[in-house]
Amino acid sequence: MITGFVALYIFMLAAFTGYEIIGRVPAILHTPLMSGSNFVHGIVLVGAMVALGHADGFWETLIGFIGVILAAGNAVGGYVVTERMLDMFKSSKD
Amino acid sequence: MSFWEFTVDASYFIAAVLFIVGLKRMGSPRTAKSGIKWAGIGMVLATVVTLWHPAMEAGFFRYVLMLLAIGIGGAGAWYTGKKVEMTAMPQMVALYNGMGGGAAAAIALVEMYSGSAFHHGATVLTLAVVGALIGGVSFSGSLIAWAKLEGKMKKTIRLPGQQMINGGVALLTVILGIWIIASSGSAPVLVTIFFLLSLAFGVLLTNPIGGADMPVVISMYNAFTGLAVAFEGFVLGNAAMIIAGTVVGAAGTLLTLLMANGMNRSISNVLFAGFGVDDGAEAE
Repeated sequence: MITGFVALYIFMLAAFTGYEIIGRVPAILHTPLMSGSNFVHGIVLVGAMVALGHADGFWETLIGFIGVILAAGNAVGGYVVTERMLDMFKSSKD
Repeated sequence: MSFWEFTVDASYFIAAVLFIVGLKRMGSPRTAKSGIKWAGIGMVLATVVTLWHPAMEAGFFRYVLMLLAIGIGGAGAWYTGKKVEMTAMPQMVALYNGMGGGAAAAIALVEMYSGSAFHHGATVLTLAVVGALIGGVSFSGSLIAWAKLEGKMKKTIRLPGQQMINGGVALLTVILGIWIIASSGSAPVLVTIFFLLSLAFGVLLTNPIGGADMPVVISMYNAFTGLAVAFEGFVLGNAAMIIAGTVVGAAGTLLTLLMANGMNRSISNVLFAGFGVDDGAEAE
């Protein structure tokens, strides 16, 4: 387990990282970035897999199963949509 | 530390680095295209090694279920994401974001129903409860946002005394949450009511907001889901979830403020004033 002050340090440093990443970004990239960060929290998939992996009984397994479906949708959908949005920037750069 | 424990932890570390580098690259038009690729590699790596995660007690049947669920969710999202019109992108982001919030809430529910969230002390239990609340609100709220932008909810229903009702439901949910934490033993009925209330709150909060304000609201729920993922990461002891979720939570909060600023609005104005109602009707 990650507990106590170690957990607090990770939380604090990751929050600063997230803040700094967005800090000086042109407004035109706000929507793709929202979409991109939507993809990144698709990492919830690994947690949903672990939850389904140790769920007991019918109801827990069912909820875990639904959780994995939702999480996979978040990760895959987030990727596809972000990639399509960013494709539009290709022509403008060269 | 066994071989697989080390491999899983090392892969999660690499994935976290790739997410941060990927997001950073998405912040500049020249490198944005490669940014999503970097983050994508991290996601595939983390997902694949999780099949060998030490906390898995899964037999063959469980692995079949897991791969089936990934197949259903992944294929459905792939198909809808590829097919959707460019103008319909915001609601798709809302939909996929809501799914992530629902997944975070599902993790919290499994951990609370099975009682494992109760074994690691009050801090972990509190994080599980708060994560379930935020995830549930993000799930139902994002679905309402999607339905509104998709034109499936033409009318904006504003109940008389909406703020009082919202406040009452919020208060009730918080009291139940504290009750679950204080009970410090598995309490499936309380947990179920608590989860249903958090879903109801997401609906009540989002419903009065008009279509024109939705991008700001979607961005807010994006930050919510990030936080919920981070909190459930603490519950599962999963560093990749903690880091990715927190980075998105912070980045999403700042993005929300910037987007609201761009509209000359404050967040509380967007959430509680309902000024966007008329604009939303026109936009449709």
